[in-house]
Amino acid sequence: MKRKEEARVLSQRPISANIYDMWIETKLAEEAKAGQFIAIYPRDRAILLPRPISICEVADDKRSIRVVYRVSGEGTMEFSHYEPGEPIQIMGMLGNGFNLKVAKGKKVLLIGGGIGIPPLVELSRELAIISSKSLIGNDIEISTVLGYRDSDTYLRSDLEAYSRVYVATADGSVGAPGTVLDAIEAFDLKPDMIYAVGPLPMLHNIKKLALDMDIPAYVSLEEHMACGVGACLGCVVRTKEPNAHTHVNNARICLEGPVFEVREVEI
Amino acid sequence: MNCKVDIAGVTLKNPVMTASGTFGSGQEYSDFVALNKLGAVVTKGVSNVPWEGNPTPRVAEVYGGMLNAIGLQNPGVDVFIERDLPFLVKADATVIVNVCGHTIADYIDVVERLGDHPEVALLEINVSCPNVKEGGITFGQDPEALTSITKEVKAHAKQPIIMKLSPNVADIREMGLAAEAAGADALSLINTLMGMKIDIHTRRFALANRTGGLSGPAIKPIAVRMVYDVAHAVKIPVIGMGGITTWQDAIEFLLAGAQAVAVGTANFVNPTATEDIITGIWDYMNDHGITDIKDLIGNVQY
Ligand SMILES: Cc1cc2nc3c(=O)[nH]c(=O)nc-3n(C[C@H](O)[C@H](O)[C@H](O)COP(=O)(O)OP(=O)(O)OC[C@H]3O[C@@H](n4cnc5c(N)ncnc54)[C@H](O)[C@@H]3O)c2cc1C
Ligand SMILES: Cc1cc2nc3c(=O)[nH]c(=O)nc-3n(C[C@H](O)[C@H](O)[C@H](O)COP(=O)(O)O)c2cc1C
Ligand code: FES
Repeated sequence: MKRKEEARVLSQRPISANIYDMWIETKLAEEAKAGQFIAIYPRDRAILLPRPISICEVADDKRSIRVVYRVSGEGTMEFSHYEPGEPIQIMGMLGNGFNLKVAKGKKVLLIGGGIGIPPLVELSRELAIISSKSLIGNDIEISTVLGYRDSDTYLRSDLEAYSRVYVATADGSVGAPGTVLDAIEAFDLKPDMIYAVGPLPMLHNIKKLALDMDIPAYVSLEEHMACGVGACLGCVVRTKEPNAHTHVNNARICLEGPVFEVREVEI
Repeated sequence: MNCKVDIAGVTLKNPVMTASGTFGSGQEYSDFVALNKLGAVVTKGVSNVPWEGNPTPRVAEVYGGMLNAIGLQNPGVDVFIERDLPFLVKADATVIVNVCGHTIADYIDVVERLGDHPEVALLEINVSCPNVKEGGITFGQDPEALTSITKEVKAHAKQPIIMKLSPNVADIREMGLAAEAAGADALSLINTLMGMKIDIHTRRFALANRTGGLSGPAIKPIAVRMVYDVAHAVKIPVIGMGGITTWQDAIEFLLAGAQAVAVGTANFVNPTATEDIITGIWDYMNDHGITDIKDLIGNVQY
């Protein structure tokens, strides 16, 4: 059940220029799944709307969650000043999360671009758990491709704990020069399916790739939100088929998403 | 202590309802709020056929409020009757359906379909949504158009009708009086104020629709003034809304003359806002020895 609660900041530290890593103690952690998100309410009463932020990791004891976010405006700027022990208003768990069942027995490629990288940590963690519990032949082979601007490769070592990580940098300083697509080509990666989080232009290209390779691809989408719970219809994406709930060709990213099979959506 | 209020012969448990379009069909907030505790659940605008709505971005935050240009997306009255209405009835909610249309015939179509469903207590007619170019804009902004749509809808409606006024007019009293004279059973106000936001970094409009409706705390003083003006000009009940976020805000509207209030954007800021406001009003009445909420209504002192 969704709820709003007062949680507590456990720790916070910058991990890159303008990118913060925060652990939050919350009961909502018990229900958290990879690909889902929480909404964090700023205290500043002039900025009203909660900010959607993805789950980066769930603690093993399921008592806390980790978020990694970029300071990009007033809300995230406020969050970056929070100290350990401070109360924080959050709502969760929101969104559908990644479909993990489809990964069984597959060669899975995780693709993250920029601030789309954080949710891949929990995704890898959960895939690794499923894989370790799977029957022989059902285990999952994970590889990860990360796209960065430069040599500041935040969260890379977190992801290396779970899979072979390939890197692309826009300035060519680390790994393959160029984008994640360039890295997939350079390292000759041939997955059976894809999970991807990142900016829209990257997701466009992944759609093309998935169609070319004829493999499933699950992408996590973003849109400006107001309610976060499916009530305001602010955050829709155009869909190929009429959506079962809305009865028109769009779906709510906060509720039916944020993760969609790439063929379902017009991106 | 009596918190009940009467709107056009329908008794509400308390004066706090949801504002159309901010609470989905009720179901979306049912994890947070017991729907049967609310004065009423007012649904998202319902049209005769499904409406797609506008392209995204549809919402943008502004200082103390937000802009929206949803474009009245809704699955249409058939789905509403088959899916959403039974849910609300099961949740024991008092149901008010917000009705929208492109033409008077569209409105009549919806109103007639809902006439077969006595579970719908009241109809709220949205003649003021500023988002859809061919939508309600002309009805809500021109007294003659408002008069004719009110008469036509009233002639076909089985339930009492609430005409929801647009604030984007020179004199809102004139609109309230026109709707009253044409047969409206109650009035609700205000709908959103037409606004615009430009992102200076991208040099683009924040909303794909360019303009959108402003709501939230930023509009509250305008709404209080308009509710006061209209409530003192007409004899039918007035439902006040516009920026109500706390119980203090709700009491301010009651003092201005509103018989009931609706909570909109505040649901996004606090998903339990409606219930919190009800509790707050209750405590305020207790603390001030007020035994009947009617003693608050219109009771601003000069
Ligand atoms: C499902 C989802 C998951 C997300 N996960 C993360 C994450 O893990 N890490 C991270 O750094 N960012 C994430 N974002 C983006 C994050 O929500 C925005 O960066 C943040 O809302 C900006 O708020 P602000 O006040 O700092 O910026 P401002 O620009 O001042 O915000 C103004 C308004 O625009 C909205 N807004 C601005 N940018 C975005 C955006 N990209 N997406 C949606 N709304 C936006 C804000 O919520 C606010 O309502 C996610 C977005 C979505 C939709
Ligand atoms: C996202 C959103 C959607 C809305 N949709 C409708 C609608 O479908 N019909 C309607 O009559 N008013 C609609 N409104 C207007 C609200 O019902 C209300 O009149 C207005 O927002 C002012 O109240 P508030 O400041 O408490 O939000 C909408 C408002 C918002 C913010
Ligand atoms: S943010 Fe309101 S429907 Fe998604």
